[in-house]
Amino acid sequence: MTTQTRVKVAKYSDLPVRNGVAITVGSEKIALYKVTSGEVYAIADKSPHPKGGVLSEGLVSGHYVFCPVYDWKISLADGQVQAPDQGQVKTYEVEIERDEVFLRL
Amino acid sequence: MAKQKLVMIGNGMAGVRTIEDLIKENPDAYEITIFGKEPHPNYNRIQLSNVLQGDMSIEDIILNQLDWYETNKIQLFTGETVVDIDLDNKEVISDQGQRVAYDKLIFATGSSPFFIPVEGIDKQGIIGFRDVSDCEVMIKGAEEYQDAVVIGGGLLGLEAAKGLKNLGMNVSVVHLMPHLMERQLDAAAGAMLKQELEKQGINFLMEKQTVEVLGDERATGLRFKDGSEVKANLVVMAVGIVPNKELAQQAGIVTNRGIIVNDFMETNIEDHYAIGECAEHRGIAYGLVAPLYEQAKVLAKRLANVPTEPYEGSVTGTQLKVAGVDLYSAGEIEGDDQTKAIRVHNEFEGVYKKVLIRDNHVVGTVLYGETTESTRLFRMLSNKEDVRDMTSLSILQAAGEAEEDDVAAMADEVVVCGCNGVTKKTVVDAIHAHNLTSVNEVGGCTNAGRSCGRCKPLIGQILEHTLGDSFDGAAAKDAICSCTTLDRDEVVAEIKEKGLTSVKEVMHVLGWKNEEGCSKCNPALNYYLGMIYADYKDERDARLVNEKMHANIQKDGTYSVVPRMYGGVTTAEDLKKLAEVATKYEVPLVKLTGGQRIGLFGIKKQDLPSVWAELGMQSGYAYGKTLRTVKTCVGARFCRYGTQDSMGLGMELEKKFERIDTPHKFKMGVSACPRNCAESGIKDIGVVGIDGGWEIYVGGNGGTDLRAGDLLYTVKTKEEVMDIASAYLQYYRETGHYLERTSKWVERMGLDHIKSVIEDEKVRRELISRIDQTLERYNEPWQEAIESDEIQGKYYRPVVTN
Ligand code: SRM
Ligand SMILES: Cc1cc2nc3c(=O)[nH]c(=O)nc-3n(C[C@H](O)[C@H](O)[C@H](O)COP(=O)(O)OP(=O)(O)OC[C@H]3O[C@@H](n4cnc5c(N)ncnc54)[C@H](O)[C@@H]3O)c2cc1C
Ligand code: SF4
Ligand code: FES
Repeated sequence: MTTQTRVKVAKYSDLPVRNGVAITVGSEKIALYKVTSGEVYAIADKSPHPKGGVLSEGLVSGHYVFCPVYDWKISLADGQVQAPDQGQVKTYEVEIERDEVFLRL
Repeated sequence: MAKQKLVMIGNGMAGVRTIEDLIKENPDAYEITIFGKEPHPNYNRIQLSNVLQGDMSIEDIILNQLDWYETNKIQLFTGETVVDIDLDNKEVISDQGQRVAYDKLIFATGSSPFFIPVEGIDKQGIIGFRDVSDCEVMIKGAEEYQDAVVIGGGLLGLEAAKGLKNLGMNVSVVHLMPHLMERQLDAAAGAMLKQELEKQGINFLMEKQTVEVLGDERATGLRFKDGSEVKANLVVMAVGIVPNKELAQQAGIVTNRGIIVNDFMETNIEDHYAIGECAEHRGIAYGLVAPLYEQAKVLAKRLANVPTEPYEGSVTGTQLKVAGVDLYSAGEIEGDDQTKAIRVHNEFEGVYKKVLIRDNHVVGTVLYGETTESTRLFRMLSNKEDVRDMTSLSILQAAGEAEEDDVAAMADEVVVCGCNGVTKKTVVDAIHAHNLTSVNEVGGCTNAGRSCGRCKPLIGQILEHTLGDSFDGAAAKDAICSCTTLDRDEVVAEIKEKGLTSVKEVMHVLGWKNEEGCSKCNPALNYYLGMIYADYKDERDARLVNEKMHANIQKDGTYSVVPRMYGGVTTAEDLKKLAEVATKYEVPLVKLTGGQRIGLFGIKKQDLPSVWAELGMQSGYAYGKTLRTVKTCVGARFCRYGTQDSMGLGMELEKKFERIDTPHKFKMGVSACPRNCAESGIKDIGVVGIDGGWEIYVGGNGGTDLRAGDLLYTVKTKEEVMDIASAYLQYYRETGHYLERTSKWVERMGLDHIKSVIEDEKVRRELISRIDQTLERYNEPWQEAIESDEIQGKYYRPVVTN
């Protein structure tokens, strides 16, 4: 069984809308996004494209981010790469309490 | 009564075409289920060569998106293979244990690459060229390895070879026979083809028989029968295909090379059908889509219970889809003592044409270098037309000559699209019935042009001819992205008419399907708005990464910094600063770019503002859809041949137009004499100094599709150059499609048309005034970032570590 830790990663009011923020927690590189509707998502900051690429700089539309390097469309909610491309990015559970954003990992 | 259940195994080109045709005949006849081994919706396999060659993405070649299946209530299981069939209970069984019952079953399983049975053939690094995943393996292999060998110099092998070459590998093609594509070409055409491909950098090993694959786990090379060897870390097998018949065979259906079917695509067991490459009809298993689509029509009618003519076999024609090669062949190749050949061999222009005639009928044709007559000859061949009264002269007709008249004179029943068997009449009728205005729309209604794409120019001509004056090539409808059905001109018109001022507003008012758009429309709309309103406030977040960050992202997430070096001229002071910054920030790569300036590569995002501040230079916009560089030669100030001050004019042009948003990037060059050391002939605007004046060239491109510029004007003064450049650039800004380079734009608009606009004194003045007004809105972006905490906080903040 794995244990989950909860880490405080940002202030909610600090997060820009529709513009990813790159963070690292331990050895994991993570991209945080606040979308227009106000939700916050966290996914691994690396595209599953064979040549990789960061995701935090991608264009955000609704609940999706477009990989800035190869233009794959990736769901922020479940990390699923949208057809016709394929793959999945790791997602992290986000919790918001007052103005604090926590990740579970 | 409950609907009958139709199950199809295989989600490929022939199978799904059958279902499309069936739905047209009767949308409600069956409850349809499709199993596809591949994880994609149905795509255009033919275009895989283009994917490999880098001209198209997978998205571009999808034929039926997932919502097509949904709309038509087709149950689709992708990534699921049918492994068994229970004939008694009429059920298929998948590798995931799923059992699905059917009343009728179609085998549409296609075929597989044939792997020659030699020692070592099961090593890693040996693949076929059949599907998306093969393409992916090749693309990945090209990153890691150097040497590729393609076994088989046929259609598929050569397309694979060209693709691998484009991916940067050393490519050799191994071929058993003395000339290439021997099933489609005679020796003369085969030799011309080989010569052309050698010029494109492909190596050939002819008359070699592979006997062993060398290497431990992964292939390292091949050994041939004559004892010679070749290095290879990636081996593509392209010696032929074998129909996927095993499933049917296991179930007890009669098979030979493929699954045997009659003229209605029925197997020997009732309610079981086969279609496409897996099927064998009258002894032939076809490997091209045209015949398969004819089969599909027959099977669709049969399934819909509509009377149909039987399928009686096809004559096929082939072409090779490799850039720089025009080749077509159909029917017999070599001829015999009964045949008479008309042959034209123009070595000078690299054109070869052969038409074989037996008993006054065309029985075969081979065309190389010039294939415009392929449709006509193929028609004569397949309709068995009597050619006695025809003159053989027309095969010498010059390229393009009387093309327009050709369309007018073309008989209604002439097949325009060979792949889909669509006649001229069908195209014309569809244009009238549905008010079609673009080649893509014609494809949507008739399927013409949806396979190999060779017929698209002809469809364009038919459109033009049918619509007459109302046809406007520029207005041919192409939605700007999948979020809308509106094309560029419609969007621009709506923005102007409704006074829309922001990207969000455009998407909202014009009913975008995705509220916040996609990576195609966001930057495009931001551009169009900025083009329409001179005082537009740019929306930084609608831009993609490079333009948003004012730096070019690298594969590892770092950035490059390329400062302006106007006209390629620098100073000792600036070089010192570059050196100091490079040292202080341990810049991994300092490089002279192809644009006559110095680039610093591999800079961390959070260092960008301080690097910019310490350089104290302007952004060179090496990342933007805007003016990039103005290359210059030393010119009259130093060079003994120089007739003009090329550096001076170059710097002036660069200072005037830097930062202006354009549909695509824009490059200039100024040389001081026709020796053209600044390569002005391949620039978006290229200026060449001559005694007493300047020549202005436009529409040149040195990139993907090389194009030499056209001479627009010869003028006397620098001021005239500046004026014409301003008007020209603004006209491009106002009419160009987002991401259309001027080389394409000039061809679309026509040079004469552009001239007529610029020559109109009043129009020219207005264009110049609009670009001048627009130029006022720009600030230096690096300076802006250095001075603004807000920008730094939002875009360049260091990675926070917990
Ligand atoms: C740095 C440079 C190569 C070098 O080491 O010299 C370069 C680098 C890139 N070029 Fe280029 N091009 C560079 C000169 C050229 C030239 C030569 C020239 O300008 O004289 C050409 C052909 C000339 C032309 O454009 O007509 C050229 C034709 C392209 C193309 C093909 C454009 C086309 O329309 O065919 C692309 C792809 C695109 O723009 O879509 C491209 C795209 C790129 C990108 C931006 C690819 C990307 O999206 O990441 C490269 C960024 C590298 C990086 O990590 O920053 N680059 N590129 C050159 C920068 C010049 C400068 O100082 O600004
Ligand atoms: C690179 C390339 C270039 C080509 N160029 C041309 C060209 O220029 N012109 C031309 O006319 N033709 C060309 N072709 C040939 C053309 O693509 C084929 O003739 C056509 O795709 C055959 O259609 P099909 O439906 O029979 O088979 P396919 O399109 O191969 O479809 C069969 C599908 O069935 C699936 N399948 C197989 N077994 C099972 C199972 N048990 N369960 C579930 N699914 C299964 C397969 O994975 C496959 O997706 C080219 C082919 C290739 C590979
Ligand atoms: S283009 Fe002419 S003037 Fe300029 S450097 Fe070359 S030779 Fe000299
Ligand atoms: S001829 Fe191939 S798509 Fe029309």
